[in-house]
Amino acid sequence: MDVGDVVVVGGGQAGFQVCVSLRDNGFTGKLTLVCGERVPPYQRPPLSKSFLYGDADLPFRPDDFYPQHRIDVVERSATGIDRIEHKVHLDDGRQLPYHRLVLATGAYPRLLNLPGSRLRGVTALRTLADAEILKGQLETSRRLVVIGGGFIGLEVAAAARKLDVPVTVIESLSRTMARAVSIQMSTHLTQEHGRQGTTVLVGRSVTAFDGDASGRVTKVVLDDGSRLEADLVVVGVGVAPDTELAAGAGLKVDNGVVVDEYLRTEDETIYAIGDCASYPSAHSGGQRVRLESVQNAVDHAHCAAANICGKPTRYTAVPWFWSDQYGIKLQIAGISTGCDQTVVAGDPEAGKFSVFCFRQGKLIAVESANKPADHVLARRLLAGDPDLTPQEVATPGFDLKARPKPPVG
Amino acid sequence: MAKITYKSFDGTTTIVDVPAGRSVMRGAVANGIAGILAECGGGATCGTCHVYIDEDNTVPLPPMLDLEDELLEVTASERKDNSRLGCQMPVSEDMDGLVVHMPERQL
Repeated sequence: MDVGDVVVVGGGQAGFQVCVSLRDNGFTGKLTLVCGERVPPYQRPPLSKSFLYGDADLPFRPDDFYPQHRIDVVERSATGIDRIEHKVHLDDGRQLPYHRLVLATGAYPRLLNLPGSRLRGVTALRTLADAEILKGQLETSRRLVVIGGGFIGLEVAAAARKLDVPVTVIESLSRTMARAVSIQMSTHLTQEHGRQGTTVLVGRSVTAFDGDASGRVTKVVLDDGSRLEADLVVVGVGVAPDTELAAGAGLKVDNGVVVDEYLRTEDETIYAIGDCASYPSAHSGGQRVRLESVQNAVDHAHCAAANICGKPTRYTAVPWFWSDQYGIKLQIAGISTGCDQTVVAGDPEAGKFSVFCFRQGKLIAVESANKPADHVLARRLLAGDPDLTPQEVATPGFDLKARPKPPVG
Repeated sequence: MAKITYKSFDGTTTIVDVPAGRSVMRGAVANGIAGILAECGGGATCGTCHVYIDEDNTVPLPPMLDLEDELLEVTASERKDNSRLGCQMPVSEDMDGLVVHMPERQL
C-alpha cells in the first residue's frame, strides 16, 4: 500500500524502528529519516553501561541496510514544519515534502543552572558523542561525582566502578530511583552500590561547582556547605522532551507532543512517538504518560507504522523498563504510579526476587531483580486483567512460574 | 568470523558471517533476519531471541548460565532440550557451521 512520502524526524530507537516497521508493513513510498545527530541510528542503552568500560556493538544495522530498504538517511537537523504546504525544513535549506510525518525527536538531558556548571568536566550523557567524551575522561578520572541517583546516574556509577574510578552519587530525594521503583528495590540497589564501593548520598543537593585556573571542575559544593573533590561530574537529573518542532508548528504540547491513542497529533498527518510523545495509557488508568524507554519507542513505532499503512491500531502495549548495575538485572513491568501495597516474593538475600506492586488490590507493576521469568510472565499478566492478589503473592513458597501461564501475545 | 545458518519457521534459510565476539542474536538482528526479536537488546532479560540448535549440531556451544535457563522456562514457544537464547551465545571461530532454527513465535 502507498500513502505517499513519509518523513521521520529523529534517528533514535523510535525513528529507526518506524522506518523498519513501515517497510515490514508493505509501505513502498519514499521514506526519509532525518538524523540530527549526523550518524546513522544506533543503540543508546549501552552508552551508560558496557560502552563505558568495554566494547559495544552499537549500530542497529550495517550502513548498506538503509539503501537496500530505500530509507534515505539525511544527516541534518529539522528546523521547522510547514503544515499547510506539508514540508519539513532542514538546516541546509532543503525542504522535504510529506504526506505523513512522524516526530521521533526524543528528549535531551536537563542541565543544572548553577554557579560553575559550565566548567570543563561537568557533563551530561545522552548521545554517542557525549558517551565518547565521557569514556575518554573516565580513563583518567580519579574522582567521579554523579548527580542524580536515577537510571543513568546509577548505571554510570556502576560502569565507573568497573574501571576502578572512585564514585559518589548525590541524590536529592530520600532514596535512589525514587520515581521508578519501590523502596524495597531501591534499598537493594543502593546496598549493592555500597558493596561495590560507591558512596551514595541521599537527601543532598548540589549548589555549585568549584574550578581551577584552567576552567576544569575540582569540587562539587553541596547544600550543607560541604565540598566533594571531583575531576569529573556526570549530571543525570532526567530529560525533557524535545518538542520544539511540534510547538513551532502550533501542535499541542503538554509534557511532550500530545497524541491520541493512535499516536496521532491533532493534525492527522502528523504522528509523535517515543520519548517525545505524551499519550493516554490504558496501563495508567487512561492518564497521559510520557515514557522514556526502548520498549516505548519500539512499540510506538510498530503502532504508528500500522496506522500509517491503513491498519487502524490503538496503542495498548504494557510498558517495561530495565537497567543493569553490577550483577543486578533490574526489570520493571507496568507503571507503579499510585501503588498502595507491595509484596516481595523470591529470595532477596540471594538477590533474586520480585516486588509485586498493587493499587487497591489490583496488580499494576512488577519489579524484578535477577528474576527474568517473573518479568516475562508479569508482562503477559498485565496485558490482560491480572487475577493475582497480594495474599497469593504473600503465601510462603509463591512462585509465579508455578501458576497457570498467562496467555502469550 | 564464523558462518552461522539461520532457518526461520517458514523455512527461509539465511547464512551470515558473524564476527567473533558478536552474539548469535546480533548476527541475526544486524542482518535483518526476521524471527529473532531481541527486544531487550541482548541482556538475557526478555527471552525473545529463542532459537533451537540444530539436532545434528557438532560445534561447541558456550555454557548456559542460570538467567538463560530461567528465561527459557517462559519463552513464547515451547522449550526443548536444544533451546538456547541467541544473545547468550557469543560467536567464536570454532562455532563455524552452527545451524539454528527459529521458533514459531517469540512473543
